[in-house]
Amino acid sequence: MALYSEKVMDHFRNPRNVGVIEDADGIGEVGNAKCGDIMKMYLKIEDGIIVDVKFETFGCGSAIASSSMATELIKGQPVSEAMKLTNKAVAEALDGLPDYKMHCSVLAEEAIQSALKDYYEKNGIAYDEEQFKDPSDCAHCCED
Amino acid sequence: MKIYADNAATTKMSKKAIEAMLPYLEEYYGNPSSLYSIGQEAKEALEKARAIVAKTIHADPKEIYFTSGGSEADNQAIRSAAAIGKKNGKMHIISDAIEHHAVLHTLKKLEEEGFEVTYLPANENGIVRTEDVENAIREDTCLVTIMYANNEIGTIQPIEEIGRICREKKVLFHTDAVQVVGHLPIDVEAQNIDMLSASAHKFHGPKGTGFLYVKKGIRLTNLIEGGAQERGKRAGTENVAGIVAMAAALEEEAAAIPEHTKKLSALRDKLIAGLKEIPHSALNGDAEKRLPSNVNFCFEGIEGESLLLLLDDKGISASSGSACTSGSLDPSHVLLAIGRVHDVAHGSLRLSLGDDATEEEVDYMIDAVKEVVAYLRGFSPIWRDLTEGKREFIL
Repeated sequence: MALYSEKVMDHFRNPRNVGVIEDADGIGEVGNAKCGDIMKMYLKIEDGIIVDVKFETFGCGSAIASSSMATELIKGQPVSEAMKLTNKAVAEALDGLPDYKMHCSVLAEEAIQSALKDYYEKNGIAYDEEQFKDPSDCAHCCED
Repeated sequence: MKIYADNAATTKMSKKAIEAMLPYLEEYYGNPSSLYSIGQEAKEALEKARAIVAKTIHADPKEIYFTSGGSEADNQAIRSAAAIGKKNGKMHIISDAIEHHAVLHTLKKLEEEGFEVTYLPANENGIVRTEDVENAIREDTCLVTIMYANNEIGTIQPIEEIGRICREKKVLFHTDAVQVVGHLPIDVEAQNIDMLSASAHKFHGPKGTGFLYVKKGIRLTNLIEGGAQERGKRAGTENVAGIVAMAAALEEEAAAIPEHTKKLSALRDKLIAGLKEIPHSALNGDAEKRLPSNVNFCFEGIEGESLLLLLDDKGISASSGSACTSGSLDPSHVLLAIGRVHDVAHGSLRLSLGDDATEEEVDYMIDAVKEVVAYLRGFSPIWRDLTEGKREFIL
């Protein structure tokens, strides 16, 4: 289908890292059922390294593909690197997303940040609030 | 298996329609306004097509105006009634919340131009109540425009009764019958219809062709100025081949209405029964007052676009009222109007059967939808919350 790149379709049809981590060190959920996208990320972190990551997503094809790609990009990475993941990097790794679907990659970035923030909080690690974007509400993620 | 189940969006052209149009592309390509023979051949074909179209809806050929399709017909009908109203100081129009955008957006424009529009609600089954129409009619009402059957949820409106009320109150009545022409019998006289819009590609004709029925005596306003085609009401050289093909398609379809209705209603009900087995799902629209081809469901906990993509992988072409499939912020205005909240409206699926649908295809679609819905729910955080009791089921 020409709507999405081959890569998007591959990650949509065969999403990587789908599921739940029961004893996750950080969990983040962003999005809103009202606007049709919710992403939930689970992180397992050991010695500052993301050793495992899983996701659950309610959303369109590009939302599922963005979640899948985002998990692939941060798996095995140090937390500090995962913090730097941008939505642009997710979209580029997917060989692009249609303009009106870019918010799906934003959601993926925010889901990871939200899970990392949860990890910092649970472990009493000091962090700079400035590092985090305001977790999205519907108006924010869909405004494009 | 390949199943085209989006016949409410468009249909495959019939063999008869294609065969009918070819001579007017290859041989009789003359301009119907020209006096030489290949022009006059085209003119004759045009008028023959007009007679066929008129006959299928029990109208006079002089009451049929060919257009580029349903949207143009809707625009022209509404604009014309508004112009008549304005001349008589009547600037109130009655419509409803579940109309096609060709109607709704035209009405929005008229509101900007000073008209007042009452949008009647549809009930939870998508039916507009006749009493509501009656109660909404005022001294200054110039038009009631209510669609014959809804394109998304297939609900059939009480057109004849609404028409009768409009006749009694001397208010013009227009109906967007794009989903109905060629699929259900229409008698504009018996059903008290003043104006009716239709589109050829919904009944196996070509895209870019349609017609507007306008009862004699109602003055049309031009949307397109130019030559004197269509009795001076729609300028531009006629799409002769398209119009001829439309008439051929309509003639064939109209003759098969009883047979198709019987067959498709049974398949539709089988499909509905099968999809109802999916937990936390709901049929959208009325179970009985429904187009024979239309099935529309909401499935809680999933999103429509991903459902469509996976069904496409299984060879099924379908559509959804999800926001993601429209590229807009909101899901279908029709689903919202019948009381589906955003959360479940995003998980909608429309399957619209073709005349050639089979029981085997219906079985295949039931299995495919069940499988895909279960798969998507398997990693939906909403579904997890629902099943773990953290969120309340809506359906």
